[in-house]
Amino acid sequence: MNDDLPEELHRRVERFLAAHDPATTERLTWLRARFDAGLAWVSFPAGLGGLGLPQALQAEVDGLFDDAGAPDNRKKANGIGLGMAAPTILRFGTDAQKQRFLRPLWTGEEIWCQLFSEPGAGSDLAAVATRAVRDGDTWVVSGQKVWTSGAHHARFAILLARTNPDVPKHGGLTYFLCDMTDPGVDVRPLRQITGEAEFNEVFLTDVSIPDSHRLGAEGAGWKVANATLNNERVAIGGRAALRESGMIGEVVDTWRTNPQRRTPELHARLLGLWVEAEVARLTGQRLRQKLALGQPGPEGATMKLTFARLNQQLSGLELELLGEDGLRYSDWSMTRPDKVDMTGRDAGYRYLRARGNSIEGGTSEILRNIIAERLLGLPAEPRVDKDIPWKELPR
Amino acid sequence: MSDLDLLYSDVEDDLRSSVRNVLADHCDPAAVTAVYDGDRSGLDGLWKALAVDLGLAGLLVPEDRGGAGASAREAAVVLEELGRAAAPVPFLTSSVVATVLLLAAQTDLLPRLAAGTSTASLLVPLSTVPDGPLPSIRVGAGGRLTGTITSVAGALEADVLLVPVRTAAGIAVYAVDTAVAGVVPVVSLDMTRQLADVTLADAAGELVLGDAEHAIRRALEAGAALLASEQLGVARWCLDTTVAFLKERRQFGRALGGFQALKHRLADLYTGVESMNAAARHAAAALAAGDLDLPVATAVAQAYCSDLAVTAAEEAVQLHGGIGMTWEYPVHLYLKRAKADQIAFGTPDTHRARLGALIGLDS
Repeated sequence: MNDDLPEELHRRVERFLAAHDPATTERLTWLRARFDAGLAWVSFPAGLGGLGLPQALQAEVDGLFDDAGAPDNRKKANGIGLGMAAPTILRFGTDAQKQRFLRPLWTGEEIWCQLFSEPGAGSDLAAVATRAVRDGDTWVVSGQKVWTSGAHHARFAILLARTNPDVPKHGGLTYFLCDMTDPGVDVRPLRQITGEAEFNEVFLTDVSIPDSHRLGAEGAGWKVANATLNNERVAIGGRAALRESGMIGEVVDTWRTNPQRRTPELHARLLGLWVEAEVARLTGQRLRQKLALGQPGPEGATMKLTFARLNQQLSGLELELLGEDGLRYSDWSMTRPDKVDMTGRDAGYRYLRARGNSIEGGTSEILRNIIAERLLGLPAEPRVDKDIPWKELPR
Repeated sequence: MSDLDLLYSDVEDDLRSSVRNVLADHCDPAAVTAVYDGDRSGLDGLWKALAVDLGLAGLLVPEDRGGAGASAREAAVVLEELGRAAAPVPFLTSSVVATVLLLAAQTDLLPRLAAGTSTASLLVPLSTVPDGPLPSIRVGAGGRLTGTITSVAGALEADVLLVPVRTAAGIAVYAVDTAVAGVVPVVSLDMTRQLADVTLADAAGELVLGDAEHAIRRALEAGAALLASEQLGVARWCLDTTVAFLKERRQFGRALGGFQALKHRLADLYTGVESMNAAARHAAAALAAGDLDLPVATAVAQAYCSDLAVTAAEEAVQLHGGIGMTWEYPVHLYLKRAKADQIAFGTPDTHRARLGALIGLDS
């Protein structure tokens, strides 16, 4: 990396702030201007919100804007858009798709969700049964998706659908960008163990998608989806973080503010988990340094595995630490939150929500398969359905 | 606390391959195993090849004092490779701990250590924690030293002992020729880093450093920080060897590595070893940078890597099955090294307790 780069970037941010005062500029106008100045995601190419710089510089840019009181681009509400849809569109999209979708995605004007999992295709994602049938320049899509976070406020979705049932399952998939306002899209809340409905079921009935919203080649959906999933695992497990941020931060706060609850046994467990959380933070930092210039590979699976386990252990410890207070829960009523927040609400919510961390975005069991097969080169699981046309598979 | 570089530079990669080549030529696993039976003949020339020919003994010594002027980052890479070979050499004890201590002193001993013509050992038990109690020898009339220190690493290979001595002004360090000390070899759990009980009886010593407590603790801190890299090397060998073995070994008509119960254990081990890599690299980088966060970085690396290296070695023995229990197969060398390393420079629970005080998580 050029040593002058951070300094030059710093000056560029200051010039931008001088010309666009966050205090006096209308929110969206300001965000669009930041995107157009290449200061949105600096690793993206010029003209698409970036400057083609190393990803490692992003945190610094975000920090400078945060310090200046810059408006938020709805990061928490648009995690799927920013962390998964955007890098996939950047990699596989046509110029027209990149121009159309990336700016409103980054500014938060258009929130994205993910239509991948189905009742019959969870860990076996390549088994998706949602059908897309070509009709001239459009595709007609019907099927049922599930565990769709944020579908109730999403404008677009990344969608995996079956376009060819006559070939084995991996080869018959195509990846689409789906307009969630199409009249054939029916979003219904799916209530979770926390009481709220952060997820949805999404029923697709003759949804019409123009062929210009197909991402990647017909039949290449599995490859495109894997790029998304690799980004998802990095997004879930690999955020830049300060020491004691995230779940460990909640637990140490509880420890520090409840001296009456302390026991030697809880202290030993807390210190053990503090060490693991700190090592996980460093591992994420090291992974980001490695990936600074490249595409995320399966290495992100290790971070996601660790993140899930630690969140579960930490949130469980926190309830014990709270003792009698750990018996209380804030609110079981059905609400539809507009963002996913693992450390939000109270300790009971965190404990229940963290159970999902080892299921969403690839179960920990599937991730261990991926690590064993793709990183360690161990033999693949037997695949009895590998050479059978999808339509002939028993269901 | 800044974002330290946790990767390896090209120079560090080159150093790694040089060390690995020397170890391939001079550190055969069968020759290492033989040290358990008191036979070091297969390792002739190993330490000279590393210390003198490659110049590793002077790695941490500035060029104007006769060394290579490298940093703890390079020393850590050397230790990864030494761990990977369970190499019985006094690099950690002489070229790291004793050397870091002598960097604080004005002595002609340092250039001799750097050149590899002399080897030194700090006279404390291997289990000494960087901020724990320091054992010390008594000084009598005429600067004669008396006392016994047990379980000292590197003393058998050393020609000079660096002896912490309690004086009215604090702890001083004296240099004592091993020829005038009673150095009794200990049958050690890890014979690739064999310990000795050392007795001084009215032994002549030369004052090297007067007010030395800070320097001694810095040296032990450096040893603990870089031990994590040795532990990483041990764990990498265990992981790599076990994965390779399970790809080859067939039972029930298929490679054992295809069974999901074993794949998942190896995936967890890989995840742990990658985490060790970050923790060990962070401690080495913090040491190299003189970062104020070093005590936390060291305690974290020791608390984590000590246990993970043991897990890696225990998994390696188990997943190798019967052959893992044999004397002939080298995996036991790594189990013994990992278990001894877990106790060296303080056990993981000691480092976690240390951490509690450093980060404000009191009991």
